Amino acid sequence: MTKGPLYAITALFDTPDAVMHAAGETAKVFTHYDVNTPYPLHGMDHAMRLRPSRMGFFALAFGLLGTVSAVGLMTWVTLVEYPMVIGGKPFWSWPAFVPIAFELTVLLASVLSVVAMIVIYFKFPNNRHPLHDTMYMRRVSSDMFGVYVKAEDPAFDEQKVRGHFARLGATQIDAVYFIVPEETERPKIFEPKFLGVLAVTAIVAMGATYVTYNKLLYMVPFNWMSDQAKLKAQKPSDLFGNGIGMRPPVEGTVARGFLPYPFKGKPDDAGKYLLNPLLPTAAVLERGKSKFLTYCSPCHGNFGSGDSRLAGQFPSPPTLHSDKVRNWPDGNLYHVITEGQNVMPSYATQISREDRWAIVHYVRVLERAHNAKESDLR
Amino acid sequence: MSTTAIPENVKRPMPPSVVHLGWFLLAGGLIVFLGAYVTDARRAAFDNVILLLFLASLAAGSLFLVALEHLAGAVWSTPMRRLIEFLAGLTPLLPLVGLPLLFHLHDLFHWTHAEVVAGDQILQGKTAYLNVPFFVLRFFAVCLTWLLFFWLFTRNSLKQDRTGDQKLTTRNARLAAAFLPVFAITLTVTAVDWGMSLEPHWFSTIFGVYYFAGTALAAVALATLVVVYLLDAGYLPPLRGDNLYSLGALMFAFVNFWAYIAFSQFLLLWYANLPEETFWFMHRWEHGWQVVSISLIVVHFAVPYFALLPQEAKMDRKRLKIMAIWILAARLVDLYWLIMPSFGDSVTLGWQELGIPLVATGLVIVVLAWKMQRHNLVPVGDPKLSRGLDFRL
Repeated sequence: MTKGPLYAITALFDTPDAVMHAAGETAKVFTHYDVNTPYPLHGMDHAMRLRPSRMGFFALAFGLLGTVSAVGLMTWVTLVEYPMVIGGKPFWSWPAFVPIAFELTVLLASVLSVVAMIVIYFKFPNNRHPLHDTMYMRRVSSDMFGVYVKAEDPAFDEQKVRGHFARLGATQIDAVYFIVPEETERPKIFEPKFLGVLAVTAIVAMGATYVTYNKLLYMVPFNWMSDQAKLKAQKPSDLFGNGIGMRPPVEGTVARGFLPYPFKGKPDDAGKYLLNPLLPTAAVLERGKSKFLTYCSPCHGNFGSGDSRLAGQFPSPPTLHSDKVRNWPDGNLYHVITEGQNVMPSYATQISREDRWAIVHYVRVLERAHNAKESDLR
Repeated sequence: MSTTAIPENVKRPMPPSVVHLGWFLLAGGLIVFLGAYVTDARRAAFDNVILLLFLASLAAGSLFLVALEHLAGAVWSTPMRRLIEFLAGLTPLLPLVGLPLLFHLHDLFHWTHAEVVAGDQILQGKTAYLNVPFFVLRFFAVCLTWLLFFWLFTRNSLKQDRTGDQKLTTRNARLAAAFLPVFAITLTVTAVDWGMSLEPHWFSTIFGVYYFAGTALAAVALATLVVVYLLDAGYLPPLRGDNLYSLGALMFAFVNFWAYIAFSQFLLLWYANLPEETFWFMHRWEHGWQVVSISLIVVHFAVPYFALLPQEAKMDRKRLKIMAIWILAARLVDLYWLIMPSFGDSVTLGWQELGIPLVATGLVIVVLAWKMQRHNLVPVGDPKLSRGLDFRL
């Protein structure tokens, strides 16, 4: 590296008060100057007669960008891309957006402001500044306070600036020159040593990750939690004579409440032989209504008309008020709940037998309400 | 660096015309309240609760600001700290403001009706806290605690005016550290007792913080108002926009904090959608309350937020003055929105409610006048004062 033309004259001061005074005096004479201090000095912008920073407008714009993109994304997702009912709330539930919009506003406002500051004020990616790597910069970033006047200042004259700083009581005055990069100089990032260290670090990190997730987690003591004295399904066991861990039920018995459904795949037989064991009392109907609203209404609608929110998004769920369903015997309805039909899955594991019969009663009530006879209205 | 001379003795009473205005407003407000109590005691009691919570905000909030300065070692606020101490002088009046309410507990609180509690399992479970003797005890205990700290803070501060003893600053800082947790508990108790227990079935764990957000905001707004007025009238040594900036920034911060807390409370109840919680907001959405609820968002958040957003707004005396008055008015709207739905289903606003701002304004002026007559307006003995007068952002 060789010295280029003069960049600036720098001056170091011992105390904050001295540099504050020097900044004020320098501002009277020069325009292309700056102050460096190890920590923020209150009142410096006033002493330097700086106009209010415009960073605030950047922050505002970035913040609004965050708000708009958060609200926009969630609006698009919930209204256009994947409308979904959550907790029975409307698709466009703005209160739920507020925390996310708030966070994204803060995030973009802060992060992008820093990026903008680095790009606009520090002229990133240019990281070669004449003041870097000087004694001046070393001191002002630890224990002294500095002012410098650039050579490009219209009122600049080397002797005049030196005299100016000396009068203000500077403890050290230096000249700083532009750095001219040599032609042969390669960017440090391509040095073999650096690349080697980078490669080694990458390999070590990948290896450590692999070992941790694939080996270490299955070693003592990390596997203690999964090592439990119990039998797992489908695993062998020495406890039993035949070496099989899982025990078959005693031959010729059925567990309580697990009697197999005798009409599997036979809806007509179900209709013919099954009778509703429950009486349509108020309690049974209430039970049926509650279960209907939980399990049936999401597709068939609250009144069984097939008009739920899902209508149009799947093969439309049928109405329960068709002649076909109304003329079915109770057993057929029970059979469809138990086994499912077309797209409808089996509800046998979710709704108990009694509840299924209660639902059948309630469906009958709904059907009657929709097709009331003359005598019902009287 | 230029240094502002520290004034030796700054004592200047309020002009008699303003003091008279204060007494006049106070008397007018008391007459309104008397009339309200005679015509409809139950309604007057609810208005009285709003007044109590508003004045408690100003008094305890001012104590909080004083403690905050001591604890943080803040410099910018030292030249105006004495005025905030004056405003904390509202503390001794709180028991008087609350006194009429103790005779109307039956009108205010559902849970004081023994026959209702007997048939209500939820209220029965809360009787350990919600019973009249403990309630009255809590009220006086809270008032006494605040009074004690007010007395200690101001005694040390005034003593320093005469002696200039720097140890008093350290003592006040330690006192502030002790006060802040006490403040958190007492303010929560106040909010729960006088605000939340009006609807004893409802509960919100954030309610105390909600009241605190408003309290701090009201105190900063009142401090800003008084400081800027006295500054304009030449009562204080010249302060720069740099000192005022922090007042504006605190107002802005607490406007945001209030909105943050208010929305947090709403969001959780809205999300969970449980009938035993949502009825509180439903109550504030029906029978005309919808207008009050929406205007609260505009008045208490949107307007002050955008008005205080630019940096100049936080330094400009005129704008600060307008926003301080605006925020104090918004605090009344918030408390009205908080308390009055418990009085009746529909929005009730009439001459009876006029007593609240009248008494509050009157009391602030009278207390301030009384204090200004007796004490220095600036803590002249405080070692931080000269730095405070030269404060730069």
